[in-house]
Amino acid sequence: MSTMIKPKHQRLVLIVLALVALIGAGLLAAIALRNQAAYFYLPSELVAKPPEMGRAVRLGGMVEKGSIRTQPDGVTINFIVKDDKARVPVRFSGITPDLFVEGSGVVAEGRMEGTTFVADNLLAKHDEKYVPREMKNMSTAEAKAVIAETK
Amino acid sequence: MHGFANPARFLRMARWLMPLMLVPGLILAFGALAWGLFMVPPDQLMGQTVRILFIHVPSAWLGMAGWSTIAIASLVELVWRHPLAGIAARAAAVPGAAFTAICLATGSIWARPTWGTWWVWDGRLTSFLILLFLYFGYIALAGAAQRDAAAGEGASRVTAIFGLVGAVNIPIINRSVVWWNSLHQPPSITAGKSAIDAAFLYPLLIAALGFTLIFGGLVLARMRMLLADIQTEARLRRKAMA
Repeated sequence: MSTMIKPKHQRLVLIVLALVALIGAGLLAAIALRNQAAYFYLPSELVAKPPEMGRAVRLGGMVEKGSIRTQPDGVTINFIVKDDKARVPVRFSGITPDLFVEGSGVVAEGRMEGTTFVADNLLAKHDEKYVPREMKNMSTAEAKAVIAETK
Repeated sequence: MHGFANPARFLRMARWLMPLMLVPGLILAFGALAWGLFMVPPDQLMGQTVRILFIHVPSAWLGMAGWSTIAIASLVELVWRHPLAGIAARAAAVPGAAFTAICLATGSIWARPTWGTWWVWDGRLTSFLILLFLYFGYIALAGAAQRDAAAGEGASRVTAIFGLVGAVNIPIINRSVVWWNSLHQPPSITAGKSAIDAAFLYPLLIAALGFTLIFGGLVLARMRMLLADIQTEARLRRKAMA
């Protein structure tokens, strides 16, 4: 009797084993893709391992508060993209997306020229927070308290 | 569960359960969409475009819930050989693909004014596009298997195996914004926490509930249709024999 396994259970064990193997393979592939599948480099990654000059890369990070400077030609801007470890100066000529503001996320497409990142295109990155406009006039602490209430 | 192995009993239940899901689903979904469209305040950064949230996010959840339904039903079909499981899996494919397409379309429309682009090949967007292609593959495969079965070549389990294998993409979609730097933001709602203000969160949750009921009603409707197809096929074959 003990050697008898119901075909139902045999199938279940077989499928669970196959799924475990499959998920394992998927995880290994995802880990291997970790660097290649990243959409952009963080400033610290770009500083630690600079790509060759002129190679097209993307740089993503926060626009440093108070760093946006418009040049006299009116269309060229300079600003600093930073993360918690590094800061990279960026130059861009053209129209910026609506969500491109200081203290918010940005992804710049372009290349390193010397120590400056020259961007051909800017993409604004939204964060995971959704806050009504009325709260904009509150202080950051007040807005945080309101957001915390919904947690 | 094998009580429902009898399609007649299932059909009797589906007949009253289907409108019971579809009608409240439509009321809740359209109510929540109207709430989101006319009553919700604009977002501090995105302004009026935040209103697309109420159709984009529920569609994304249901696109993924659709494949989860396929995977679970496929497992039940393969292991327990439940006669309705394969029907349920096939019935979930078209509504799931539709919600996936709605999510991709609304996301693209939303991305243009906010991010400044219609499309990028980041982890989240790419894995979600793959989900749509998996649905197309599944629908084509299920159709081919049904034709084979109708031609008397025996039931094919390939469809169920494909449904299970494709489920690997679901955790990848979910984790894509955590594993890889992506333009899409990380999840706003995680285990009991929300970075979405209550003004947006309540209509979003009601829209999600309404969309889910619509999805359930559609799956039941398609299961009835698939069962009717099988019955017609069987009757025609008996007539041809006689």
